[in-house]
Amino acid sequence: MRDLRFLRPVDERITLKYGAGGRAMRALIEQIFADGLGEVDDGGVGLAAMDDGAVLRIGDRWLVITTDSHVVQPRFFPGGDIGRLAVAGTVNDLAMMGATEPLALTCATIVEEGFAREELERIWASIRQACLEAGTTVVTGDTKVMGRGELDGLVINTTGVAITDRFVRDNGLRPGDRLLVTGTVGDHGLAVMATRNELALEVELASDVAPINGLVRAALAAGGDGIVAMKDPTRGGLASALAEMAGKSRVGLVIDERAVPVKDAVRAAGELLGIDPLLVANEGKAVMGVRAAVADAVLEALRRHPLGRDAALIGVCIDERPGAVVLETGFGRRLLGEAEGELQPRIC
Amino acid sequence: MNDLDALRFRDPVRARALADALAHHVRRARRAADRPVAVMHVCGSHEQAIARFGLRATFPEGLEVIMGPGCPVCVTDVPEVDEAVALARQGVRIATYGDMLRVPGTAQSLADARAAGARVDVVYSISQAVELARSLDEELVFFASGFETTAVATAAVVLAGPPANFSILSAHKYIPPVMEIVAEMPGTRIEGFLAAGHAATITGWGVFEPFVARHGVPVVVAGFEPLDVLAGLVRLVELIADGVARVDNAYPRCVDQHGNRAAQAVLWKVFAPIGGRWRGIAHVPNGNLRLLDTYARWDARRRFTIDLAALWDHAPPALVQHCQCGDIMAGIASPHDCTLFGKACTPDAPVGACMVSTEGTCRIWHQYGGQPDLRSIRRGARS
Repeated sequence: MRDLRFLRPVDERITLKYGAGGRAMRALIEQIFADGLGEVDDGGVGLAAMDDGAVLRIGDRWLVITTDSHVVQPRFFPGGDIGRLAVAGTVNDLAMMGATEPLALTCATIVEEGFAREELERIWASIRQACLEAGTTVVTGDTKVMGRGELDGLVINTTGVAITDRFVRDNGLRPGDRLLVTGTVGDHGLAVMATRNELALEVELASDVAPINGLVRAALAAGGDGIVAMKDPTRGGLASALAEMAGKSRVGLVIDERAVPVKDAVRAAGELLGIDPLLVANEGKAVMGVRAAVADAVLEALRRHPLGRDAALIGVCIDERPGAVVLETGFGRRLLGEAEGELQPRIC
Repeated sequence: MNDLDALRFRDPVRARALADALAHHVRRARRAADRPVAVMHVCGSHEQAIARFGLRATFPEGLEVIMGPGCPVCVTDVPEVDEAVALARQGVRIATYGDMLRVPGTAQSLADARAAGARVDVVYSISQAVELARSLDEELVFFASGFETTAVATAAVVLAGPPANFSILSAHKYIPPVMEIVAEMPGTRIEGFLAAGHAATITGWGVFEPFVARHGVPVVVAGFEPLDVLAGLVRLVELIADGVARVDNAYPRCVDQHGNRAAQAVLWKVFAPIGGRWRGIAHVPNGNLRLLDTYARWDARRRFTIDLAALWDHAPPALVQHCQCGDIMAGIASPHDCTLFGKACTPDAPVGACMVSTEGTCRIWHQYGGQPDLRSIRRGARS
C-alpha cells in the first residue's frame, strides 16, 4: 500500500540529506530508482514497497533478498566496526522480513589504494565472527581497488538471501495492536557520533551492532502469525521506523516515551548534543507490531534472549490520526516527527 | 547536575500540580479581560522544552505562550550568511556550528556552497575550530553565532590568542535590546516575558530591571527542565494577575542578580555592541556583537575582502518573498498563517531561517506537530 506521506520532488543535486533515511531518501527511490523497476508478482514484495527486502515466490515458499552498502566513519567505533555492521545490517534486514535463517551472504568490497592490510584483516575477523553469530557465511564476492582519493577508505556491500515459509511486512498494523522494541534505542548512533566528534564524554557509549536473527526467531516462535509488522530502526532511528509503519499501515500510534528503553549514557550524550536518541540509528534492534493477544508472550520470549533483555512494550495502535505517531511524554503529548535532513547538533 | 537533580525537575506529579496552579492564575489574570493572556519567551531552548515534553497539551485555555526572537541561528540575517558563503566560495575554509549550515542566504546557504565544492567544517565548539586551525597550513574562518552565552566562549578564545591563521566572522547577538523592540511593537499583546536562564547566568537577572521599569511588564527568568518552564510560567502569570511589574528569578539554582561578572568582563573586553538587522525582526540598536579594534587581526571582516557581488549572479529565490519568519518570530503570526509552511518549506528544504534551526519556531512546529490538540486521543480505541 502506498505510503500516506507527501514526498517532495528530488532536487537538481543530490545532497547528503538523500542518504539520511528519511522522506528525502524515499523521494529519491520512488522518483528515480524505482521508476519502471522492481515490480514483483505472485503476492511478493518489490522495490516500490520500500520494505527491508524483496520477497519472491518459489513454489509454496518465499525467497527473501536484501542488499546494503556500508560506509562508516570511523570504521572502528566502540562496540563494533564496519565489518560487523556489514553482516548485521543485511542479516537483520532479512530477519525483519521474517527470514531468520540466512542461506548465505555475498560481499563486494571496494578498497582505496594504500589501505592497510592489517586493517582489512581486523575487519574480516569481525565479519567472520558476525557470520558465526548469525549462522551464515559469505559465499561469493567482488573486489575492486580504486585510486587514492577516489573513495574514502573502504566500501563494503553485502547481499543476503534466505528462504521462509511466511514473511512479515512493515505495514500489517491494525488498531489495537501493540508495539514492542527489542531493547535500548540510540546506542549505535550516539556512540558513532560521539567518536566521530571526539567528544570527551565521561560516559561509556557502545554501539549495539549485532545480528538479531536469533532473537527475531525466538519472537516469531512465540508470537507466530500474531507478529504482523517488523522494522529495524536503523538510519532515522525509532521515530522514522514508527512513522513508516504508521504511514504504510494507515493507523495512528500512541507511544509512551517513558516506556522506551534508553540507556542513561545515551540520554546524557543526546542532551549534550541536542540530538534525540529516538532519531538516531540502531544496528541491533527491531520494532515489532503484534496482536494484543500475543504481546505478553512475545515480550517474554524476547526478554529470555540475551539480546532482548531490555525489550519493552512501548505503545499501541489506534484508529485516529492515521500515519501519525503521538508521543506521551508524561508531561503532555506531542507528535513524534521523523528525522529529516542531516542530524546537526544544536549550538546551545 | 547529577541524575537525581534531573529527575527532580522532571517529575510528572509536580508538573500536574504546577499546571493546576497555572490554570488558576490564568483564570485570575483573565478576570479583568476577555482576551487570552499572552506571554512571550525569548529563548529557543524554552520552546524546545515546551515542544519536546508536550507541555502545550497541558497549558490551560486562555494562555498563549508565544515564541519570540530567541533562536540565534534564526535571527542571523541574510547578509551575514552571504558573507560566509562568499568567503567559502572565494576558497576560504569555514568552520561553523551544524545548524548554521542550512540558513538560507540571498542565493545559497553554506550547505549549498559545500555541495558545490566549498570547504565547510561542522564543529561543536569554537575550541574545536581552533584545534582544526592549528592542524592546517591555511586560513580558517569561524562563522560564530549565538547570544551572549556563546559569545563569552568566543571572547575567551580570542583572549587566549588563537593561531594566526584563525579568524572570526561574528554573527553574535545580544538579547536585551531585542526585547525592547518586541515590547515596543505596535499592536503587541505581550503582557509578560519569560527570560532565558542560561543567558541570565551570564548577565544576572538585574539586567532586566531597566526594561521592566520602562515598559511596565513583568519578566521572569526560568530554566529549561519541564518543571522550570512550568514554574516560570506560573510565576509570570501570577505577576500579571496581580498587576505587578517586576523581575522575578524562577531559576535561583543557577542565576543571581549580578550574574557571572568574570564572564561579562571577558565578553565586553572583546566585543562591542553595534546595531544590526535581525532576520525578519528589525534593525536592533546594540543587538549585534562586533570584535573590538584591539582584536582586529582575528576579525575576518577586516582580514579578508569579502566579495558579495560574486553571489548576485544568482537571483534570490522567489519563495523567500512569501516567508513569514519575521512575523512568526515577532509573535504576530503563527506557522499555520504561512502558505509555505510544511509545503514548500520543510526541514529538508527550508525557505526561512525559522525552519532551519532545531530551535526555530517553524522547525519545532513541523517536527513536533505545532499545536494540534492532542488532548482527545483515546488509547487503544478498539482492540
